[in-house]
Amino acid sequence: MMAHERQLRRKEFRFSSFFFTGLTGLATWLIVAILFLLVGNIVIQGGPHLSWSFIVSGVENGMFNLEQSGVFPMIFGTAARVILMTIFVIPVGVATAIYITEYAHTRSLLIRFIRGAVNNLAGVPSVVFGLFGLGFFISFVGQHMDAVLYPGTPQPIWGKPALLWASLTLAVMTLPVVIIATEEALKAIPLGLREASLALGATKLQTVFRIVIPQAMPGILTGGILAVSRAAGEVAPILFTGAAYYMFGLPKALSDQFMDLGYHVYILSTQSPNIEQTRPLLQATVLVLLMLTFTLNIVAVFIRARMRKKMRFLH
Amino acid sequence: MAAKTTKPLEPKRTHGWMGVQRGHRARPLEWMAEKLIFLISLSAILMIFLIFLFIAREAMPVFLGQMDSSRAQKVIPPSEMEQLSDSELMAYLNLTLGEFRSMEKETLQILMEVKAEELENTEDHPDANINTTSWRYLLLPYEWQGYDQPRYIWQPIGEIQKYNIIPLIVGSLKVSLIAVSIAVPLAILAAIYVSQLAPLRLKEILKPVIELLAGIPSVVLGFFALLVMASVLQSIFGYETRLNAFLAGTALSLAVIPLIFSISEDALTSVPRSYTQAALALGASKWQAAWQVVLPAALPGVFASVVLGFGRALGETMIVLMTSAASVMSWSIFDSARPITATIAAELLEAVFGGHHYRILFMLGTILFAFTFLLNLVADLVMHRLKGKLEGRV
Repeated sequence: MMAHERQLRRKEFRFSSFFFTGLTGLATWLIVAILFLLVGNIVIQGGPHLSWSFIVSGVENGMFNLEQSGVFPMIFGTAARVILMTIFVIPVGVATAIYITEYAHTRSLLIRFIRGAVNNLAGVPSVVFGLFGLGFFISFVGQHMDAVLYPGTPQPIWGKPALLWASLTLAVMTLPVVIIATEEALKAIPLGLREASLALGATKLQTVFRIVIPQAMPGILTGGILAVSRAAGEVAPILFTGAAYYMFGLPKALSDQFMDLGYHVYILSTQSPNIEQTRPLLQATVLVLLMLTFTLNIVAVFIRARMRKKMRFLH
Repeated sequence: MAAKTTKPLEPKRTHGWMGVQRGHRARPLEWMAEKLIFLISLSAILMIFLIFLFIAREAMPVFLGQMDSSRAQKVIPPSEMEQLSDSELMAYLNLTLGEFRSMEKETLQILMEVKAEELENTEDHPDANINTTSWRYLLLPYEWQGYDQPRYIWQPIGEIQKYNIIPLIVGSLKVSLIAVSIAVPLAILAAIYVSQLAPLRLKEILKPVIELLAGIPSVVLGFFALLVMASVLQSIFGYETRLNAFLAGTALSLAVIPLIFSISEDALTSVPRSYTQAALALGASKWQAAWQVVLPAALPGVFASVVLGFGRALGETMIVLMTSAASVMSWSIFDSARPITATIAAELLEAVFGGHHYRILFMLGTILFAFTFLLNLVADLVMHRLKGKLEGRV
């Protein structure tokens, strides 16, 4: 009996299966190795150049040398545009996800269109968002605002690259990220919770705001963090809509331009008069940018994992 | 009969079952909030529409052939400045409204003189009378003065601006094809391993780790390609041009791999477990089940991931901007290439606002948007059908 079972379980050894399984494993580990090589290289090269004074000083004394310049204005600019973007994108993204999951008929044509638009928006090239920001926010909205609010001003106030326009452009770009993450979180909430709330006499809107959204909060948070991480590293959309090559001091108003961490990496690696001298500064700046986006990503991964675990108990 | 048609309409029901209030009269605030949510949910559609509208708006004169870059312009003597209207003067001097307003009258006078001199100097150039913004010069090769045969040339700065977009399109395709052909085998094999063959615990670690690659900003990948990979690849392959299409494509594949991986992995995982179980029960090995049963079932999803990966490669900007040099018309992978995205990013800030160069860059943006839109649409339709099929609907 036992021997018979063992006979059944023992698979015959197939070389092709062994070979191809190995090949797929190799591909996977190759990708992981590339990731570690890339991150390891940046951490090892950039780590020794990091210092507190580098983080808190600006570029008043020079731009291309580690001893003279820091990244504070860029961190400030990146944080400002990302925080502003979050304020715009979260309400719109969450409302869209609520409509899709809570209100619309699942098979309706409108939902199909909205989903298609969301997926499409996720695939629009980032430089096209930059063109859109320039063509719509700056030369359409901004110039009309100038014409209405400040007639006769020689210098444009809103009809030029500005912090506000960069944030709005990024908000359009990260909209699908928020929508998809929120939708996933809303779908994971058991129907029973909604039914219980409705059965107790709550209206649909009350159910959404008091039962569904609080439960989906980790998911919404994940979406927000992923959007922030994506936006923090993007440079192409802000090239034309707000990033400054160099500016003295920090941006003071929404209509000011700003310096940006990612754009600074681009400037340092392509515009430096002496790349060997700039290299330490560049490596340290890249490390700061990478730490920023990686931390956000890892936090999002953890929140998502915890949420999935919790949802498994609810079901 | 007449009485029937004029029968008053039934009043709208606001009292539902057992007299419970319904509709907008009962809870006007909630009714408004729900309508607001509905309107906001249309924003994604609205944005796609606005993006297309406002990029195409800036590019319209190119599409309609309304622009003229030929130098056979009539010289207006600076002394006749008073007789021109503001708009005529702006068009003549290529100024924007903001610039025009900020200028003193003397500055305008000087600009008029400079312009007149410039026009007189270039008048005797043999190519000066060509409108380089017309479709013929945008798409077809031409024997420019100083060349011995017809050439495709993108050279927007210089005495005669040459706007042939073919080298840019070739550059984009070349770099993207290299990136996709490196990324596809790696990413799909990895997706098969992670979704079908790897032990469960390993899978839960590998998937987020590979997706971390997607979290690396493209400007960091560009930096890595420019300062680390460029020298390494050059010493391995021994080519001459340091910044070439091969380097750009390899760096770009790092951005494409996580995208193709995660969509393929999702598609493979969404194939019901019963497929694999049935194959295993019939004596297939795990690899055979994955390759001959699960992969064919998920093939549309894998195909969609490749399409989306190609779209991403075409649209990626910072990596190719940092690793590309001159725009050369060549299909060789070891020659320099300059994709559309890199050209837009590098040149738009230097182009005169509203000028020919500016509008042609927007036209390139429109083409890029339209093309990626189509790719995304195809991928979306394929994925939708696959989802229906696996859920047993179609």
